[in-house]
Amino acid sequence: MSLTSEQVNKIAHLARLGIDAGDVDAYARDLSGILDLVAQLDAQQTDQVQPMAHPLDQVQRLRPDVVTEENQRELFQALAPQVEEGLYLVPKVIE
Amino acid sequence: MQWETVIGLEIHAQLATRSKIFSGASTAYGAAPNTQACAIDLGMPGVLPVLNEQAVRMAVKFGMAIEAEIAPYSVFARKNYFYPDLPKGYQISQFELPIVGNGHLDILLDGEIKRIGVTRAHLEEDAGKSLHEDFHGLTGVDLNRAGTPLLEIVSEPDMRSAKEAVAYMKKLHALVRYLEICDGNMQEGSFRCDANISVRPAGQQEFGTRTEIKNLNSFRFVEKAIDFEVERQIDLLESGGVVVQETRLYDSTRDETRSMRGKEEANDYRYFPDPDLLPVVIEDALKEEVKAELPELPDVKRERFKSQYGQDQDTASALTSSRELADYFEALVRESGCDARLCSNWVMGELAGALNKDALEITDSPIGHERLAGLLKRIADNTISGKIAKQVFEEMWQGDATADAIIEAKGLRQITDSGAIEKIIDQVIADNPGQVEQYLGGKEKLFGFFVGQVMKATQGKANPAEVNRMLKEKLR
Repeated sequence: MSLTSEQVNKIAHLARLGIDAGDVDAYARDLSGILDLVAQLDAQQTDQVQPMAHPLDQVQRLRPDVVTEENQRELFQALAPQVEEGLYLVPKVIE
Repeated sequence: MQWETVIGLEIHAQLATRSKIFSGASTAYGAAPNTQACAIDLGMPGVLPVLNEQAVRMAVKFGMAIEAEIAPYSVFARKNYFYPDLPKGYQISQFELPIVGNGHLDILLDGEIKRIGVTRAHLEEDAGKSLHEDFHGLTGVDLNRAGTPLLEIVSEPDMRSAKEAVAYMKKLHALVRYLEICDGNMQEGSFRCDANISVRPAGQQEFGTRTEIKNLNSFRFVEKAIDFEVERQIDLLESGGVVVQETRLYDSTRDETRSMRGKEEANDYRYFPDPDLLPVVIEDALKEEVKAELPELPDVKRERFKSQYGQDQDTASALTSSRELADYFEALVRESGCDARLCSNWVMGELAGALNKDALEITDSPIGHERLAGLLKRIADNTISGKIAKQVFEEMWQGDATADAIIEAKGLRQITDSGAIEKIIDQVIADNPGQVEQYLGGKEKLFGFFVGQVMKATQGKANPAEVNRMLKEKLR
């Protein structure tokens, strides 16, 4: 499996990662190497195997439907770069 | 060319849990911004989601009500995308192994029953809210809603008109409220709909290219948005164009749909199983428990109303369209001991009209079933006529007096004393010799005039049947 530079750029965009144009080829090579490794698994017959959703052989525990959290807005918003009227402010996302 | 419309709906129902799906923060609507967004909802490092048992039970309950397969083993997945109201950078949802599989819902349209397939229903978390105005060029984010449990219910592309789509959505709306798993409040966004729409030449097997209209939050908008979009697609195809697969937004003020963003990028969600959550296993014991909690479902109730109260399809459907309305009706029948037909006429007539006029739900009715029963009893025992009852009803609507109190205070008791009625009739005949002559001469239409005069003289309190009978005798 060989990734193109276009695919590398697309993956970077989807992950919102900025990468230097000069590094794209190296990323393509390294990522392709990882995919080749994973591709070896494709050679195995897995039709009869149930996909493993989690490495722990346990099932999800459920919690009762009870409100346990208190308002900690002041504490959390102390970390935020900008807040107003209780809202977190972010750069405008629509035109 | 003849075109066929193909519609599938994805409906998001907010589950009526007290706490969020993966955290212990409250889901109550209307709190001050971000006061119900805890560290888990904010996606702080080091936190772990823990699944809410009630959300699982509600999903199972829904699955049973649509006769779906309940997955014995289901998995949560991460749906990855970036938006400020999604702090983690992914939404926890279900992808390959949803909790509810294939089921169905029957809709009733123009007297015909049609079965609509439900492909799946899965659990997921809601996102927060972005407020784009009034923040000097910035966007404000309120994460109170982030983490609220949603059941996304995906239909098969089985609907062929906007009317069918609305009928399906209404049916689903009634069902989640019957099940008490969602409050169904569309204004608050508790029940919202995305519509997938395509058209194809009549008779063609494969589907046309579809567009998706997002976030329709009223039945009326669903109908209008679909009608607009179908026409847009047909116009496009007939003028030689092609439909582009994309997400569109319905603008209710302009009654049109607009392109929102290219779908190809939006579609690249890179789902993978969420390592923070273990697979969910539904034991048979839980299914049995939930099954025992199922209420009488709308279709079953409708059939029972038809046989128990002798109602036609339309009346039974209307009365069972919500559990609260059906309960009101049945309580009224029990309380009043009156004929079911009299009860349904009043519930569907005066009461529904008055509620509609004041934009009230049956649960907010100023006249409870006990008070209305008091009124119907007086109609049934001939204390007042149906016409006077409407007057009394209006009085009752404005205050909290009982029917009996109003009838007494206003002296509305029907005159059943035939001696008294006879006296008034004699007077009316004596006062209108001209009309009597014309009537006796063959102008039978004048009969109504005499009835009117008698009713006027008694302020509507004479028993109409009695007046008719006696007038006929006198005017021979």
